[in-house]
Amino acid sequence: MQFFQQHILSILVFWPLVGVFVLVFLKKEDASLIKWWSNFVMIAGFLLSVPLWFWFNFDNADQMQFVESVPWIQTLGANYHVGIDGISLLLVLLTTLLGPLAVLSSWDAIENRLKEFYVFMMLLQTGMLGVFISLDFFLFYVFWEVMLVPMYFIIGVWGGPRKLYAAIKFFLYTLVGSVLLLLGILALYFTYPSIAAQHPEIAQAFGTSYTFDVLAFQAIGSYLPFNFQYWVFLALFVGFAIKVPMFPFHTWLPDAHVEAPTAGSVILAAVLLKMGTYGFLRFSLPILPDGTKYFVPLMIGLSIVAIIYGALVAMMQPDMKKLVAYSSVSHMGFVTLGMFALNPNGLNGSVIQQINHGISTGALFLIVGIIYERRHTREISQFGGLSNVMPIYAIVFLIMTLSSIGLPLLNGFIGEFTIMMGALQENLWWAVVGGSGIVLGAAYMLWLYQRTMFGKIENPSNEKLLDMNLRELATLVPLIIMAFWIGLYPAPFFKALDKPVNKIVAKVRPDYFQGAPRLAAEREGDRR
Amino acid sequence: MGQFFQMQDLGAIAPELELVAFGMVLLLADLLIEEKRKLGIIALIGIAFSGFFLFRLRAIEFPAYGGAMVVDHFSTFFKLVFLIGAGLSIAISLKYLDIERENHGEYYALILFSTMGMMFMAGAVDLVTLYIGLETMAISTYVLVGFLRSNQRSNEASMKYFLLGAFSSGILLYGMSLLYGLSGSTRFSNIAAALAQRPESDPISLLAMITLSAGLFFKIAAVPFHQWTPDAYEGAPTSITAFMSVAVKAASFAMMVRIFMVAVYPLRLHWVAIMGAVSVLTMTVGNIAAITQSNLKRLLAYSSISHAGYILIGFIAGNETGLTAVPLYLLIYTFTNIGVWSIVVALRRKGIIGEHIDEMGGLYFRHPAAAVLMLIFLLSLAGIPPTAGFIAKYYLFAAAIETGHNLLAVIAVLNAAISIYFYFRIVVAMFMRDATEKTGLTYSPGLVTALGVALVFTVWIGIYPDPFIAMARQAALMAF
Repeated sequence: MQFFQQHILSILVFWPLVGVFVLVFLKKEDASLIKWWSNFVMIAGFLLSVPLWFWFNFDNADQMQFVESVPWIQTLGANYHVGIDGISLLLVLLTTLLGPLAVLSSWDAIENRLKEFYVFMMLLQTGMLGVFISLDFFLFYVFWEVMLVPMYFIIGVWGGPRKLYAAIKFFLYTLVGSVLLLLGILALYFTYPSIAAQHPEIAQAFGTSYTFDVLAFQAIGSYLPFNFQYWVFLALFVGFAIKVPMFPFHTWLPDAHVEAPTAGSVILAAVLLKMGTYGFLRFSLPILPDGTKYFVPLMIGLSIVAIIYGALVAMMQPDMKKLVAYSSVSHMGFVTLGMFALNPNGLNGSVIQQINHGISTGALFLIVGIIYERRHTREISQFGGLSNVMPIYAIVFLIMTLSSIGLPLLNGFIGEFTIMMGALQENLWWAVVGGSGIVLGAAYMLWLYQRTMFGKIENPSNEKLLDMNLRELATLVPLIIMAFWIGLYPAPFFKALDKPVNKIVAKVRPDYFQGAPRLAAEREGDRR
Repeated sequence: MGQFFQMQDLGAIAPELELVAFGMVLLLADLLIEEKRKLGIIALIGIAFSGFFLFRLRAIEFPAYGGAMVVDHFSTFFKLVFLIGAGLSIAISLKYLDIERENHGEYYALILFSTMGMMFMAGAVDLVTLYIGLETMAISTYVLVGFLRSNQRSNEASMKYFLLGAFSSGILLYGMSLLYGLSGSTRFSNIAAALAQRPESDPISLLAMITLSAGLFFKIAAVPFHQWTPDAYEGAPTSITAFMSVAVKAASFAMMVRIFMVAVYPLRLHWVAIMGAVSVLTMTVGNIAAITQSNLKRLLAYSSISHAGYILIGFIAGNETGLTAVPLYLLIYTFTNIGVWSIVVALRRKGIIGEHIDEMGGLYFRHPAAAVLMLIFLLSLAGIPPTAGFIAKYYLFAAAIETGHNLLAVIAVLNAAISIYFYFRIVVAMFMRDATEKTGLTYSPGLVTALGVALVFTVWIGIYPDPFIAMARQAALMAF
């Protein structure tokens, strides 16, 4: 047990690889065995991750826990160094929860080349978990890139009619971002020793030789010259912003979502996008505080554009999946808005909203997938009055719609409300313009719901539609539970976030907790 | 200076001598042995023996032949790369030559002679030794490129390669003669000392450096001296293309390191500027041209051009990281590229050329192992972790950032991203198109071994590169 507790993160990350290893030896004709095994592996992966929640010390949520550190490439100073704090705890659990749901949802949807599909899903799981637990920038980068290949195949092999285009677009976009990110990492890597040498407390904690240790980088953050921070922030920004995606780097997203199979979309929306925002939180903000503050107006501007633009475009979509995809752009705009408000409320809301987005958008993609499996179309105009034949489906869809638009008692409200508080604290207009996005969000989601669910059935092919079966329900019930949990009793989540978020704020705005001036004023005084 | 020839000098060139001996034996055995594949085995034994002698020299450094060449970690490292490249190329040739119906004994002898020439290039610290090594390698390779005598493309490729190669050797010689005129010596160290004495921007030194660079750029196929590459790579027997793209390329880079980091080092400020432009052009033109190719061999030829562009970054950085990156990159590139070419060789079957990208169509469905291997090698070429190619590229980019060549680093990484596009055209063909060709691939024990070796090292270096980095770093110390 102690071994398990000490190595729980490694076990979580590499467990799917065990699944892959076994899967390779299964016969590809043995479809049901492959499916059972894959679902077993993913669900077991989730169960293995549950103890994290109980063993995690919430009182020290800002400290890295379950840390493992083993030398890896010593000539470079790269270590296998993993650990989680409150923020990564939530994202890790989100990943282990969504992974099995996505796999379970593919039971009937994926009919050909099953074995490869599940192999890629598991590789993806390893890559994503690795990203959230890495405390070594080199290791982080390896995981970050590793998950591109399985995602490429998931879109490119099992996708829709324009799958090849969407897949390579996804790959190229993210790769361009990641290679620039790599250059940013290298710049930090080569700067570290000289800064550490000047500051005995850092040298004592992390040494003065070359290192990729994220915590060491965070320690030198406040001593980096502004010009350096400016460029490195830009390099990291491109890498993370493409992943989020922030406007104007979002154009790969609708293509990838629309063409990807349901499981791919779920993972993409629920987890992959969070890697970008996580990158900002873990690296950009604490390591480059001055660069971050300098770019706040740009970041907020892009976030607001994403909120409004995403919502408006979503409203005009004739395709359900594309609508949800653009709503992702809008929701991720909220996440970045809260983040770059750079105060505890904004950041807390930002992380909660990441989880919420994973839950509600993941669920919406599952819901769209369910109807697509039955009708092989996602055109909104093809549907109408579905609540008559699919009552359970209609209820689930309604809950998730409400969750997505931020109705109180459901999760979306908590996130958006906290973000709005954070934004309001800094600037009235950020909150006002951002808030209008919530209204637009309600408009397109409710309109979608109305057009597909209400009224009479006019399309004869909808008359005989079967309601959700038990398996489909099983993919959605956990998400509904989570939506209500966060909506009704978010305290444990905030408890996990408060301390790490305060730590980030203290890094970026050292005087915030001593009766802080507003961000705008602070930026003026701070520019070196 | 001392005595020109000492007995220990023979020990210094033992690996080379051994290759010559085996080459001679092969030429004789060719008359006696009917089954030519056995000659290939003999050649492999020769490579192994040479490797054994090389292994015995691994830890020592000494000048030989009165300073005309040296045995040092740098030369040993590169000689190892040549032997690996040559050995794996021979392994993939055994069956391939049968299919091409051109199985003649001199093929293996020529590979050994060519490798011997490369070894002298890596060890030479003297213009004359260097040039003799270079020509030994080049002439053997010209013949090998044209080895498919009944094949028009092969003949044409050989002719082109020969003419342009001879031309570039001429330019190189011109630069060398100027250097000799300036310094009165053919030793690299003397040349460097003489150049350091000359006034800055001395036109004659610059002319010497520029002609020398032009000749060298020809040899490594840098843009704008790259036009021979696609033709030569396409026309040559595929096994020889593999050999050229790894061993011949590595030898040219070994020669470049010695010349630029020692002989014309005093002119570094000037050659860095030239090389910066050439590097950017080479990466970009190579990658963009590769996008439009539909012949696998041409596509990979352009990709190999772009790789030469990346490697030049190591020279431009010119610090320890940069010069570690060059040998490391070439070692990794050798394994990865041999892997890729082995698959191309396997595609060549009786009556099927197997060079068009469409002929890879649905490869995964017929030969999943081959397709997955090819995927891994292509990812390595593109520099995606956790394959060895990532470590190679990482080192180059790190060198560029460390020395403040930020713009160059940005261009290089964007190029690396572009390259994904055409590498993945092959992946798309293999995994996402229906099978077009029903016949099986030609596997042979040699080919499978080569693939296995390539795979093991591509993955191993990707996951745990420490020992290889240490070796490359030790080799790089030569320049400091």
